[in-house]
Amino acid sequence: MKRRDFLKTTAPFATLPVLLNGLPIHALGSPDTMNVLSKAFVNTDHVMVLIQMNGGNDGLNTVIPTDQYSNLSKARSNVMIPLAKALVMDGVDGTSLHPAMTGMRNLFNDEKLSIVQSVGYPNPNFSHFRSTDIWHTASDSDEALHSGWVGRYLSHEFPNYPMGFPNSDMPDPLVLQIGSVVSTVCQGVSVNMGMAISDPSAYYQLVTGNYTPSPKTNAGKELDYIRQVAGQSNEYGQAVKTAGEKGNNKSTKYPTAGENSLADQLKIVAQLISGGLKTRIYVVNINGFDTHASQVSATGGTETGNHANLLSNLSNAIDAFQDDIELLGLKDRVLGMTYSEFGRRIMSNFSLGTDHGAAAPMFLFGTSVKPGILGDNPTIADTVAVNDNVPMQYDFRSVYASVLKDWFCLENTEVDSVMLKTHQTLPLLKDTCNTNSSTRNELRKSGDAYVMNYPNPFSHSTTIRFESTGGHILLQVFNPQGQIIDTLVDSEVPVGEHSVAFTANNLAPGTYFYRYQNGEIQQTKPMILVN
Amino acid sequence: MIETAQQTARTLAGIDAYTGTWGYKEVIHLLRRTMFGAVKTDIDYFLNKNMLDSVDELLDPSSFTPAPPVNNYNSGRLTDPDIALGDTWVNGPSNAGLNNARMNSLRSWWTGRMIHQDRSVLEKMTLFWHNHFATEMAVYRDPIFGYRYQQLLRANSLGDFKKFVKLITLDPAMLVYLNGEKNSKRAADENYARELQELFTLGKGEGSKYTETDVQQAARVLTGYRINRTTYEGYFNPNLHDVDDKTFSSFYGGKTITGKSGADGEKELDELLDMIFDKEEVSKFICRKLYRWFVYYEIDAAAETNVIEPLAAIFRNNQYQIKPVLEALLKSEHFYDVVNQGAKIKSPVDYSVGLMRQNVVDFPDENNLVEQYYMWTIVSQVCALQQQNIGDPPSVAGWQAYYQYPQFQEIWINTDTLPKRNQISDVMMLAGVSRSGQKIIIDPIAVAEMFSKPDDAATLVQDLINYYYTLDVSTDQKEYMKSFLLSGQSASYWKDAWDDYQADKTNNTLKTIVNTRLQGLLKYLMNLAEFQLS
Repeated sequence: MKRRDFLKTTAPFATLPVLLNGLPIHALGSPDTMNVLSKAFVNTDHVMVLIQMNGGNDGLNTVIPTDQYSNLSKARSNVMIPLAKALVMDGVDGTSLHPAMTGMRNLFNDEKLSIVQSVGYPNPNFSHFRSTDIWHTASDSDEALHSGWVGRYLSHEFPNYPMGFPNSDMPDPLVLQIGSVVSTVCQGVSVNMGMAISDPSAYYQLVTGNYTPSPKTNAGKELDYIRQVAGQSNEYGQAVKTAGEKGNNKSTKYPTAGENSLADQLKIVAQLISGGLKTRIYVVNINGFDTHASQVSATGGTETGNHANLLSNLSNAIDAFQDDIELLGLKDRVLGMTYSEFGRRIMSNFSLGTDHGAAAPMFLFGTSVKPGILGDNPTIADTVAVNDNVPMQYDFRSVYASVLKDWFCLENTEVDSVMLKTHQTLPLLKDTCNTNSSTRNELRKSGDAYVMNYPNPFSHSTTIRFESTGGHILLQVFNPQGQIIDTLVDSEVPVGEHSVAFTANNLAPGTYFYRYQNGEIQQTKPMILVN
Repeated sequence: MIETAQQTARTLAGIDAYTGTWGYKEVIHLLRRTMFGAVKTDIDYFLNKNMLDSVDELLDPSSFTPAPPVNNYNSGRLTDPDIALGDTWVNGPSNAGLNNARMNSLRSWWTGRMIHQDRSVLEKMTLFWHNHFATEMAVYRDPIFGYRYQQLLRANSLGDFKKFVKLITLDPAMLVYLNGEKNSKRAADENYARELQELFTLGKGEGSKYTETDVQQAARVLTGYRINRTTYEGYFNPNLHDVDDKTFSSFYGGKTITGKSGADGEKELDELLDMIFDKEEVSKFICRKLYRWFVYYEIDAAAETNVIEPLAAIFRNNQYQIKPVLEALLKSEHFYDVVNQGAKIKSPVDYSVGLMRQNVVDFPDENNLVEQYYMWTIVSQVCALQQQNIGDPPSVAGWQAYYQYPQFQEIWINTDTLPKRNQISDVMMLAGVSRSGQKIIIDPIAVAEMFSKPDDAATLVQDLINYYYTLDVSTDQKEYMKSFLLSGQSASYWKDAWDDYQADKTNNTLKTIVNTRLQGLLKYLMNLAEFQLS
């Protein structure tokens, strides 16, 4: 499966200045032209569909930690889903899905859904806009990156895009956004790799060529950009239209057009994949998760209302899409993944809603996922303060890195180069790249304790004992808001049992969390500081 | 991998008054940035004045309160029991069954205000504040709130920003949109408190260091505001107000706002705003937003030092009056610097409203108000197709083109929206939009007749380039443009065709000869990338 192809761009050097519809060469920076001809890329027919849930999804009412029901009910009684209504999943105790998510529950039972618990990042940012940027660029909380992780992946594979594109090896858009706005996630190192379409059949020929050379000014820069888009619209618009005409949909599960925007978008995606488009990544959106108020119905039961409608749309859309993909014979080629800029806080507010929070679950779906739940339920304390958050167990960048390695089949060093630093990969996907990624199914759910502390509660200091399976160990302490208080271990540690002391200097009494990370084994546990 | 950014020339010019040439390029630049498209008659008007008087006039709207939107929706299908066709619905009574019709009326009317704007910055500033204090009609779903909200934007667009922030805090549309009306002492809802600091006053720049504690404390100060649905006004209910003390972080000097019971609880809002406005960052944040709106998205170190900081000082020294800041910016040598001309990508509203105005498209008058509103609606819908639906921005942060790194304004143009823009100008050029005997369409002869020598192909082409574009085009390209008029003949062929038509304007054959050739030329001009810049 995994092989590298050389781009068969045979354009001789002399013709390069007019490669893209006569676009002058300086428009695209100063490319290393030899690189166009010699760059190897991974040949894969794998497709990823990214579903952005805009607004910050309330993870605790999506994947409900029913083993924490009593404490959770104290903190959010007015939005709490009745235990009896929550959807039980086959073989799972202590974790249920929101009652509106029957489609995704069925996917789980059919072993086509993977749930990753408590995904976030250290020192969470509670601004929609900043946190969205962090998820899109895969930056640290305090770091400003200008490129998106998908854009960097595609820049890595196709470094001189759009120079020499489209070509016989990559005749189609690299990433398609369904809609009219291209996300920052598609921003490459120098240009945006994304193309937006709202209707595959709406191809409109634009005037290109015969350009007046653009000046080296801000106005000239924008002129180059618009001309580039015009060229892409013509080149790729025809390819998309052709794929749309060749492709079709087979599932009868899609809701009526206009009722569920996400389902409408995913239907287009399935149509285009079945039409033979070689596009690797599709980006779709579902809006409205910023449920500060009226998250649940005031009169119809907390299992109904805005959040229920959102999750119902999400679940129905994913279920219909997966059904379609299977009927179209594409099941081995397509992986789906959801994300949202943050979860919501543990404690609800008085407007039947929840405010901006931190970690929340992610979903991956398709027949290539390792089905099940990765990670433990968050531990909800007996007393929750207004700004207490779900502590992170997994870094979202570990999820991205896993997809790059195990779905897009990059080498570890390449993953690091795209992600700009090393992030541990997680056992999320079946072995689709013929690599020897280890599997640790036994670790997928809670049970094995790789880390614990004693005494707990503690008054000034406590000892954290952990087991190393070899390799790099990261042991961090977070406060309830998700900020890093201390990093106790960040180094290679030999196989065996080890311990380290944690001393609470000038910390207020309360619940703190320590997070242990040893490769793909990542656990987060609470400890209580008392006076 | 390394993050790269293409470097182009920037200017070191500051806010000293511009003293250079006051010519066609400068006038058109000022008009494009302060209005929606520069129209020939306005260009000629301001060419006869000097720069200082021109800016003063643009900053002095004849009225801040245009006649309100009216019932345009009475038809066989829908009848308003209280308001007659042509009468305004903005004073109520509310009627839930008519909410959609009235919201459509409002959006249409608003678009009409932009299309028929007078020579002032008023409508561009109203849209600026809508982008700044963003709300979504689809969320608050009340046309009377919607009208009052945008009248608030219009009335305060050039006034006292601090007072503006207080008024918007109490505005019913905003109270619904960011849940202020649900914020209660029992468990504060933080939505408005966060955006008040992050988006409305302080921003998230280097100088803004408010904390999560500050969000939560401000949310407590803001408890108790509700909406009177009879007067359509916000009011304070002391019984729902958190009367405990609120203590803020070191960013605000650890200030405590003493909790107050009874009617005095409302005074805490003034204390909160005083505390926020004590931070110089507020003035800088607003000046940066104005800069991005009027000048360019990129603010480099020189622009920050030479433009933003002195503008912010003017803002503070004038007790947060907006007009003196705009005056300084629009009169500055920085504003007129050649590197800042033509470097903005037109927003969908700039593109669509500007398309109508620059091409002097005739709209139905008030005697055909149903069709008049219908045609305004068409324009608002083409803006929405290009992702700028006025009244319904995508989020409380406004449109991404004004804040999203690193794309900014390039977000407006992609493979979905650029073909749409071309289709819109093509349709307006070739077919127009018709209903019930009314029609909006570009009349290319009327456009040509605005210029001094339409009979001379070379002069007309150059005049149109200067009118539509900032950048000139190559000689080759001008020849190609001329060929639309000449059809392979000599220049005298076009002159004869034009003169023949002028001599006998009722002759349809003669008219068609010049009309089709001008259509081809104008369509081509509006299809080129140059036309997307402003």
